[in-house]
Amino acid sequence: MDTFLHYAWLIPLFPLLAFIVIVSFGRQLKEGAAIVGIGLTAVSFGIAVLAFWQRFRDGGVDYNYVVDWLHVGDIVINMGFEVTPLNAMMLVIVTLVSLLVQIYSKGYMHGDERFPVFYQYLALFTFSMLGLVISPNLLQVYIFWELVGVCSFLLVGYYYFKPEAKAAAKKAFIVTRIGDLGLFIGICLLFWWTGSFEYGPIFESVALGRLEPWMITVAAILIFIGAMGKSGQFPLHTWLPDAMEGPTPVSALIHAATMVAAGVYLVAATYPLFIASDTALTVVAYVGGITAIFAASIGLTQRDIKRVLAYSTVSQLGYMMMALGVAGAAGYVAGSFHLMTHAFFKALLFLGAGSVIHAVHTQDVFEMGGLWKKMPVTALTFLIGCLAIAGIFPFAGFWSKEAILGAVYGAHRYDLLVIALVAAFFTAFYMFRLFFLTFTGKARGKHEAHESPGVMTGPLLILALLAVVAGFVNTPYAPLLTDWILSTGTGTAIVNVFGEGTEHAASWLQIVALLISVLGVILAYLMYGKKSVSPNSIPEAMPWLYRLSYRKYYVDELYQNVIVRPLGWLGIILNGFDKYVVDGLVGLTAKITQGIGALHARVQSGQIQSYGAMVLFGLLLLILAISLTVEGGGLFGFGR
Amino acid sequence: MTVSITSYLMVALILFCVGLYGALTKRNAVVVLISIELMLNAVNINLVAFSKYGLYPAVAGQIFTLFTMTVAAAEVAVGLAILIALYRNKETVNVDEIDQMKR
Repeated sequence: MDTFLHYAWLIPLFPLLAFIVIVSFGRQLKEGAAIVGIGLTAVSFGIAVLAFWQRFRDGGVDYNYVVDWLHVGDIVINMGFEVTPLNAMMLVIVTLVSLLVQIYSKGYMHGDERFPVFYQYLALFTFSMLGLVISPNLLQVYIFWELVGVCSFLLVGYYYFKPEAKAAAKKAFIVTRIGDLGLFIGICLLFWWTGSFEYGPIFESVALGRLEPWMITVAAILIFIGAMGKSGQFPLHTWLPDAMEGPTPVSALIHAATMVAAGVYLVAATYPLFIASDTALTVVAYVGGITAIFAASIGLTQRDIKRVLAYSTVSQLGYMMMALGVAGAAGYVAGSFHLMTHAFFKALLFLGAGSVIHAVHTQDVFEMGGLWKKMPVTALTFLIGCLAIAGIFPFAGFWSKEAILGAVYGAHRYDLLVIALVAAFFTAFYMFRLFFLTFTGKARGKHEAHESPGVMTGPLLILALLAVVAGFVNTPYAPLLTDWILSTGTGTAIVNVFGEGTEHAASWLQIVALLISVLGVILAYLMYGKKSVSPNSIPEAMPWLYRLSYRKYYVDELYQNVIVRPLGWLGIILNGFDKYVVDGLVGLTAKITQGIGALHARVQSGQIQSYGAMVLFGLLLLILAISLTVEGGGLFGFGR
Repeated sequence: MTVSITSYLMVALILFCVGLYGALTKRNAVVVLISIELMLNAVNINLVAFSKYGLYPAVAGQIFTLFTMTVAAAEVAVGLAILIALYRNKETVNVDEIDQMKR
């Protein structure tokens, strides 16, 4: 049993197998594709759990296995996999969420024409993310990184016949590409400076001080730009809310386990690079903080249930980045911890929202309402998700959010602490605004809602359970996760630099955080539950503020006018240049050649006498030329 | 008095040019053939003239003329045969209309 980790490479292969099978036999399988996808992902999940358990029990060193892949001159590029506490945890999360999403989709996507295609994409998506997580070097990471991007493009654009979905898919791809470029440059620079793609040698070079400080800062920030694109950090967050055009289970997968987690994971995986540069860490912390409050304030006013959740994701990712950015073991652990708990409750919330949308066929929360009685399971699980994300004791979000606040407080970043607390208040408020509008009060839309089938509510219940208990793996009283993550590899490196420093938030901070969250919930209740405070009071008092939030700070409009439009014009100009100047030159060359050809074709008339005349003319010319040029006057001595 | 070589060559030149003009301009194929004969005979005059007044006079020039005439006779026979065949197929001996070699 001691070498079980050796088989961890099988984990990504099962979803790949599912992908291949569904691609090959999708037409025959029809809705049976779901069984293939679910079955093989379940196998993956099983192995991931076993690997996780093995990793947990073993402690000690990280498992790393590589084989030679490419020989370029003297450089050997490896391919392999590694199992560290962080990625063992990620493997379980990704396989679990993917499994539950696939089970759920069987109900949600039932009757869809392209059902097998959907499962095909899901399998590929899962494979890519697992490959990304298990990679031991940056080159491999980059390959899977791009695969994840492609899959999100395919899935967001799943309803490709809808123009919004098409636009959203393109936006998701292009905006994340901007980040990918940063990552790519960062990887190239690191390879140039250290001669390796492997995490180990790179971190070693950094630790031994072989790189100049500015090099480390540049590389770390470039990698962080990649992470910003994938994890929807400000200012590259615009694609995430638009990605809601995809089917709801995809949103759950993208937002909880795969796409957006990749960015946070990347920062965590390359953390030794970041801790060597204070500048890079500060950038990470403030970008995270700004994103957290920025997205949360947009979430306050959105009407679309999925958009609210999308902005909450952006905000929570900001939280994670902020935690990673405030240096130290506590921040690192808190970021990873929040990544895990968030995966569970965000998947839960999205799947719950999907269940609601499935029942009422609208995404506007103002057309819902009164669903508590009609959809008890969905409502209850959604409530648990809301409690978890709002950070109410003792749900998962409470523990991880409290860990983040503790880390920020411990690092003496009081400005970020204020931001985090305000964002927590906003989060609690808008999540419960969503809850009260959707499930309580009177039904406002014309719809016959009914509870979703068992394949959909089953995953909801499992996720709800996890959203309740996941936090207990790392409470201040029993910091299991902290001890474990810090026990090897990257974790030890961090402890070496910063010391243990894992003390949790002072108890007054816990209480303050809890009070703030509860306050948010109460305000939401007063406005949308009991309706004793008019929800319109703030918009009426400060309409410009409301509009600013509702229009998402006009960031989309800004990009549209400052970047997209001018680029469009440039495109039109270049297109014109290509069409008229380049093609014109090419066309002109062709026309000239053709013309000369046509001219000469006319000479070939088939008239023997004109041929004869030409021969004579040619002969005369030849004689003339020779007589004029050849030394001594030529044949006839004309020049003499 | 003796006739100088220049006179012979002059006659041959005029004859050749007349023949060339006829060969390139006449529309009737028979006339074209006759013109070609004229050109050949211009060459014959040159050969005979050089065999008598050339730098190295020799009888070979006159014998060569006989060969040329024989070959020319054969050539005219073949040419007329082709012309007759052509006339049977195309009902014309007009050189302008015989342009199958076009393209």
